[in-house]
Amino acid sequence: MMKLIRSKIAVVALVASAIPALADDLSSAATRNCTWCHGTSAQGYANAPRLAAQRQQYILNQLLGFRTHARDNPFSKQYMWGAAANLSLARAHALASYFSTLPPRAANDGHRDLAAAGRALYEDGDPDSNTVACSVCHGPSGEGIGGIPRLGGLSYDYLKRKLRQWGEGYHAAAEPPMPLIARKLSPDEIEVIASYLSFVK
Amino acid sequence: MKVIGSRLALQAILAIALSAAGRADGADRGYSRGSLHAKIEYCTLCHGLSGQGYRGFVPIPRLAGQQPEYFENQLRAFVEGRRQNRYMSNAARGLSAATRAAIAEHFSGLHARPWGGAPRGLVATGKRIYQDGDPETNVPACMACHGPDAKGQDAIPRLAGQLPDYIFNKLVNWSRERGQDPANPDVSAVMLPTSHNLTRSQISAIAAYLSYQP
Repeated sequence: MMKLIRSKIAVVALVASAIPALADDLSSAATRNCTWCHGTSAQGYANAPRLAAQRQQYILNQLLGFRTHARDNPFSKQYMWGAAANLSLARAHALASYFSTLPPRAANDGHRDLAAAGRALYEDGDPDSNTVACSVCHGPSGEGIGGIPRLGGLSYDYLKRKLRQWGEGYHAAAEPPMPLIARKLSPDEIEVIASYLSFVK
Repeated sequence: MKVIGSRLALQAILAIALSAAGRADGADRGYSRGSLHAKIEYCTLCHGLSGQGYRGFVPIPRLAGQQPEYFENQLRAFVEGRRQNRYMSNAARGLSAATRAAIAEHFSGLHARPWGGAPRGLVATGKRIYQDGDPETNVPACMACHGPDAKGQDAIPRLAGQLPDYIFNKLVNWSRERGQDPANPDVSAVMLPTSHNLTRSQISAIAAYLSYQP
């Protein structure tokens, strides 16, 4: 009798361990596919941005934007269109939720001497050049909210590239207003803003 | 030769006359067309291409269909420090009176769908307070000044279709944000007793009702 119960318990235990708990299992296949480029702790690597601590809704919107090809810059096209093509909505939700909970590290790769000017522009904008204050939407410390992304601590290279790409006519997953805003930024403004943000914790 | 000469002279006279008229026109307006267009575009980057508002880190209000006199008063109040707002006191800097008037006129002519998005269950209560006030708490009917269609008039703002969380924030924070220069009290004082007497749940209800008004 006890032998039968023990073997039944063993079967149940075996089956349960085979179901991946996606949201908190770093070793699951789906998560590994992402961290291959975005870094094992999702802090970003080379051209792939940091996903750790990014807004859940924003990550989800980008994954959907890759699926619909709304987000169309060259790196998106080359890497992310394929990566997101077969993601189910449930898996996309789970991945977005998982990455949003990881602790972030600031990239610190901007120009230190431009950070102060970048901070002023980020927090207050410049009405004389009709530059809006990024903080109105992205928050006082670049934390973002809802579908508006966290910018604090993202890589200077990545931020600069995104702002330039929008100026060149590539599209965002959520339009407007970012491509419109980025089109109006001067190269100097992009330099200082991207530098400042890369240092924000 | 004579014909060509007189034609050229006529064209030259026309060119000078037209360009002179353009210069005088711009000087009379107090702004150049190009800079006004750029300034309006700047406003729409936050407030939306149709002035419909936007939910950023803070709710950014709808400007579409706003009363021009109210609009101009707010732009001046931001810059003069009578109305506190960390973003607008900077953004509204450097505008001439003529530019303010032109921006106000532009947005007053825009149309946008009402923002909505508020819990539908609050609308009936909000409508009742909006139309009848609340004698228990000394709250007058909003309709008496803001109009039965909530479109306002003159210095009294349009509320119809506004972001509900924007209305909520402004009513809750009225005394902290408006009339901040004691040496220069302004018309915003008229809302002090009402905003003080309304309870938060009443404010939520009114905001919900207004957010759906066309």
